[in-house]
Amino acid sequence: MSASLSEVLTEHHKACDEAWALAEERAGEGRWDEAGVQLKAFTAAMARHLSTEETVLFPAFEAATGIRGGPTLVMRFEHDQLRQLFGELAAALAAKDGAGFAGAGETMLVLMQQHNTKEEHMLYPACERALGSDAALLERVAAGLK
Amino acid sequence: MTALALDESPPLHAPLRFFATAPVWGAGAGLLMTLRAELVTASRWSPETFALVHVLALGFMLQVMAGALLQLLPVAVGSAVPRVRLLALVSHAGLNAGTLLLVAAFLGAGPTWFAAAGAVLLATLAAYLGAVGLSLARARAIGPTLPALRIAAVALGATVALGFTLALGLGQIWSVPIVELVHLHAAWGLLGFALCLVAGVAYVVVPMFQLTPAYPVPVARALPLALLAGLGLWSAGVPLGFRPVAAVGAAVLATATVAFAAQTLLLQASSKRRGRDTTAWCWRLGLCCLLLAVASASWLYLGCPPALRAPLEYLTGVFSLAGAFPALISGMLYKIVPFLVWLHLSRRGPGAPLMHQVIGEPGPRAEVVTHAAAVVLLAAGVASPLLAASGGALFAASKVVLGLNLAVAMSVYRDARAGMREVRPDPPGSP
Ligand SMILES: [Fe+2]
Ligand SMILES: [Fe+2]
Repeated sequence: MSASLSEVLTEHHKACDEAWALAEERAGEGRWDEAGVQLKAFTAAMARHLSTEETVLFPAFEAATGIRGGPTLVMRFEHDQLRQLFGELAAALAAKDGAGFAGAGETMLVLMQQHNTKEEHMLYPACERALGSDAALLERVAAGLK
Repeated sequence: MTALALDESPPLHAPLRFFATAPVWGAGAGLLMTLRAELVTASRWSPETFALVHVLALGFMLQVMAGALLQLLPVAVGSAVPRVRLLALVSHAGLNAGTLLLVAAFLGAGPTWFAAAGAVLLATLAAYLGAVGLSLARARAIGPTLPALRIAAVALGATVALGFTLALGLGQIWSVPIVELVHLHAAWGLLGFALCLVAGVAYVVVPMFQLTPAYPVPVARALPLALLAGLGLWSAGVPLGFRPVAAVGAAVLATATVAFAAQTLLLQASSKRRGRDTTAWCWRLGLCCLLLAVASASWLYLGCPPALRAPLEYLTGVFSLAGAFPALISGMLYKIVPFLVWLHLSRRGPGAPLMHQVIGEPGPRAEVVTHAAAVVLLAAGVASPLLAASGGALFAASKVVLGLNLAVAMSVYRDARAGMREVRPDPPGSP
C-alpha cells in the first residue's frame, strides 16, 4: 500500500462527487428511477465515509492530540447537517419534486464541498502530522470506506 | 499543533454589509458613465475617468472582495480573521467614506480632498491588511490557495502605498511622477491584487461549485508567482525607462493572465455538472472579458497607431473593470449569499430555506443578461459616446437588479429567522 491517509480519503471524496453528479444529472432529466439508484449509491458511499471518519479517524486524532472540542467537533456537526440534507434529497426524490431536489442538491453540494476542502487542505494534513504513518489505522480507514 | 479554525465563520452581517453596499456603487458607476460618456470615452486621463475607475475599483470590486475574504479565509485556509466583527464595521465605514472623498476629489472638490481621501483609505486598508495578513501568516493549509492569497495581500499593500503617494501628489503636498505611478498603481491593483485573489479563490470554488477536476498544482502555484515576478520586472522597468525589462514583465503578465483564463475555461468545459446555472455563465462572461482586456492591452503595449491609443485604453478599462471582475463577482455572490443564508439559519434548527429558495434563478439571470448587454454597448462606445452612455445606463440597471436580488435574500433570511424558534444550542466552534 503506497497511498497516504490523506490520499485515500481525498480519492473517496472524488468518488462520492462522481456518484452525486450522476444522481443530479438523472434527476435533472426527470429519470427518477435511475436517479433513485444513483442517489442510493451516493448516500451509501457517503454514509461509509462519514462513519469511518467519526469512528476511526477522528478518535485517533483526538487521542493523539488531546483536542476534542475543536476541528473534529465541527466536522461531526457538518456530517449531521449533510445527513439531514440527504434526507431532504430522498424526500424530494420520492415526491418527484424536481425543483426541491435541485435546491437541496445545490445546498448539499456546497456544504459537502466546503467540508471536504477543509478536510483535504487542513484536517487530513493535521491528522498525518499528529498520527505519523500508522499502517494499521490506514488499513482500518480503507476497510471502512469499502 | 496548529490552531484549526474550521468553523470560525463570521456573523452574517460582517460580509453582507459589504455585499449590500456594492450594488449602490455599481449603479453609481453606470450613472456616472451615462452622464460623462463624452469625457470618459475620450481619455483615460480625464478626472471623470479616474472618478469612474475608483467608483468601480473601490466602491464595487474591493468592497465585495474585502467582505468575501473575511468569510472565505476560515474555509479556504482554515484561519479566522482576528476581531472580525469590529474589523468589518470599521473597514466598511472607512472604505466607503474614503471612496466618497476620493471620488469627490476627482470630480473637482479640491486638492485637500485628495489628502483626506488618501489618509482615510490608508488607515482603513492598513487596519484591514493587518488583520487579514495576520490570519494569512498563521494559516497552515496545504494547496495553492494560501500562497496566492498571500501574494494578493502583498499586492494590495503595494497598491495602497502607490495610491497614497498619488493622493499626496494630487493633493499638492508632495511632487511625484504622476503618470508612472498611475501605471504602477493600476497594474498592482488589477493584476497583483484582484487577479491573484480571483485565482486563489478560483482554485477552491471552481472545483467546488462545478465539480471540475482540480487545477493542476504546478500551474496553480506558478501563476501568482508569475504575476508577482511580472509586476516586479515591469515596475523596475517603467520608471527607469528600461524598456527591455518592462517588456519581459509585460509579456509574463499577459501570458499568466491568458493561462489562468484558458485553464479555467478548460476545466469548466470538463465539468461533471451541467454548467447551465447563472454562476457558470458569469464565469464564462468574466473570463472572456479578461481575455479581451489582455488582447487590447497587449495591442496597446506592442505599439498601436497613435490614433488607436485612447480607444484601446478605454476598451482595456471596459473589459477589465466593467466586464471581467463584476461578472466574476456576481457569479460568486449568487453562490455565497444563498449558502450563507442557509448556513446561518440551519444552525437555528430544521426548516431553513434551501439555496434555491433564497434567491432563485430568474433574478440572477436577468442581471447577467443585462450586464452582458451593457458590456457590449460600453465596448461599442469606443465608436460613439451615445452608445457608451446607454451602456452605462444598462450597467446601472444590472447593478440595481443585483441589489434587488441581494435584498430578496436578506428578506428571506429575516422572515425565516422570525419564523424559527431557537431549537439547537450554539453550534460548536462559535464564540
Ligand atoms: Fe468529513
Ligand atoms: Fe471526508
